[in-house]
Amino acid sequence: MTTNAETTTSTGTTAGAPEIRVRGLHKSFGDNEVLRGIDLDIRQGEVVCVIGPSGSGKSTLLRCVNLLEEPTRGQVFVGGTEVTDPDVDIDAVRRRIGMVFQQFNLFPHLTVTENLTLPQRRVLKRDKAEAARVAAENLQRVGLAEKAAAYPSSLSGGQQQRVAIARALAMGPEVMLFDEPTSALDPELVGDVLAVMRMLANDGMTMMVVTHEMTFAREVADRVVFMDGGVIVEEGAPEQVIGDPSHERTRHFLSRLLDPAMAEVGEAPERLDKADG
Amino acid sequence: MSETKTRKPREPEPRDPLQPRKAGLTRRQKRAVSRGLQYAVFVAAVAALVVTADWGGLRNQFAQSDLAGQMFPDIITLALKNTVLYTVSGFVFGLVLGMVVALMRLSSVGPYRWVAGIYIEIFRGLPALLIFIFVGVAVPLAFPGTEIPGGTYGKVALGLGLVAAAYMAETIRAGIQAVPKGQMEAARSLGFSHMRAMVSIVIPQAFRIVIPPLTNELVLLFKDSSLVLFLGVTLEERELAKFGRDLASQTANSTPILVAGLCYLLVTVPLGFVVRRLEAKAGEATR
Repeated sequence: MTTNAETTTSTGTTAGAPEIRVRGLHKSFGDNEVLRGIDLDIRQGEVVCVIGPSGSGKSTLLRCVNLLEEPTRGQVFVGGTEVTDPDVDIDAVRRRIGMVFQQFNLFPHLTVTENLTLPQRRVLKRDKAEAARVAAENLQRVGLAEKAAAYPSSLSGGQQQRVAIARALAMGPEVMLFDEPTSALDPELVGDVLAVMRMLANDGMTMMVVTHEMTFAREVADRVVFMDGGVIVEEGAPEQVIGDPSHERTRHFLSRLLDPAMAEVGEAPERLDKADG
Repeated sequence: MSETKTRKPREPEPRDPLQPRKAGLTRRQKRAVSRGLQYAVFVAAVAALVVTADWGGLRNQFAQSDLAGQMFPDIITLALKNTVLYTVSGFVFGLVLGMVVALMRLSSVGPYRWVAGIYIEIFRGLPALLIFIFVGVAVPLAFPGTEIPGGTYGKVALGLGLVAAAYMAETIRAGIQAVPKGQMEAARSLGFSHMRAMVSIVIPQAFRIVIPPLTNELVLLFKDSSLVLFLGVTLEERELAKFGRDLASQTANSTPILVAGLCYLLVTVPLGFVVRRLEAKAGEATR
């Protein structure tokens, strides 16, 4: 997983080439400048955890990668394709990028299996049997094969999130983006979701994870990126950024996380303000 | 501190709240008197009605069983059938148009939004009767030779649908906006185009939300179809209200109106019941 070779090819097909490349990214919501110049490379097979306080712009950065938010300025490349190019077929690019949301966003009017098969059939034009086979395979992978016929509302939050991961995987993505995947879960359900993500990381999936789970970041991430105030304050190996941060802001953030009385006060699970990091 | 001290003696003696007041009625007694009075007024009103009403005359005027019997089976096979046909055609036309107007209202293109907004304001602001006169009288006068396709059925579908579309557009728009934004985002991030996400993911969920209010609209349309009265229809095209009125004037008796009214209730009451059931079910289903 540790690929150090820094290639400069723009096609990014060779192993170790940046799968995600962010250059000079700015994003404003009205007068509120949420991202103030982000440069970031994520190599193929790399797991990068993005941490930082609420409003630091980390979710916005993630959402800019698949253009759920349109950047104000700057470039984003995924697998060599410039996502920010106005002429690019964004739907085609998004097929290669899996996204997992804080609120799961399963389709409540469809069963678990239909949640997985409908996108395959509508977007990838797979036939019924093929879509069903891929769906079953991925439900198996997240350990929820027995819930195939259930509706999302009958599942626990942790199960819903695993279905959401399976739904993204069924599209065969090259990259997976996770937007605080465990933040809306009851504490006892977090472990199952993290276990699935750990398995994905071990399988060599390229992952960009916005998270508050420091243990997960420390154990699974190849690299940790700490953001604050719309910029990357520091990045590096987890043991360095989390274990021995070199910036005062990082230390302050981590100490607040460790102090439960201060940790994440006022971060509502339902994100109403999309500018919130 | 000193101020409260000086004030204290002026306060009234604290009364034990558990003891009834010396003078006047207790709350319980007052309530009993009030209820008793209301029952008394009701009984008196019913008694007055029973005593003073001309029952023979009323029965003669409103409930002539042989006259009512004469209305069958035509009132069902012709009038009720036509009422249903007019309602359904108006509803279908209104639903399609309403859907288009709702999507226009949500469009990112300004002129579409304005046109949809103006349409909704106009057709919600005008009496349905005026629209019917417009479709039935003004259009043929203004454009002689033009035929609205489908004859009377087409005219009714147009008249009812134009009005219903304005109300349904607002209902559908609210339904679409009630679907959480995350649904569209999830679909888009899976590679759905905006249009496809709308059709496959958002609109099916929106429709679940708007089925009760749309059913309510169907009830309103069912009643409004009586406005066909003003279009001038052939004998075969008569619906309940027209059928009842014609027969009433032929026989100089009000029984047909009563029977026609009952036929309306036969449909609207069960539909209203269905709406309440659907609303209760929608209320339960908290996702």
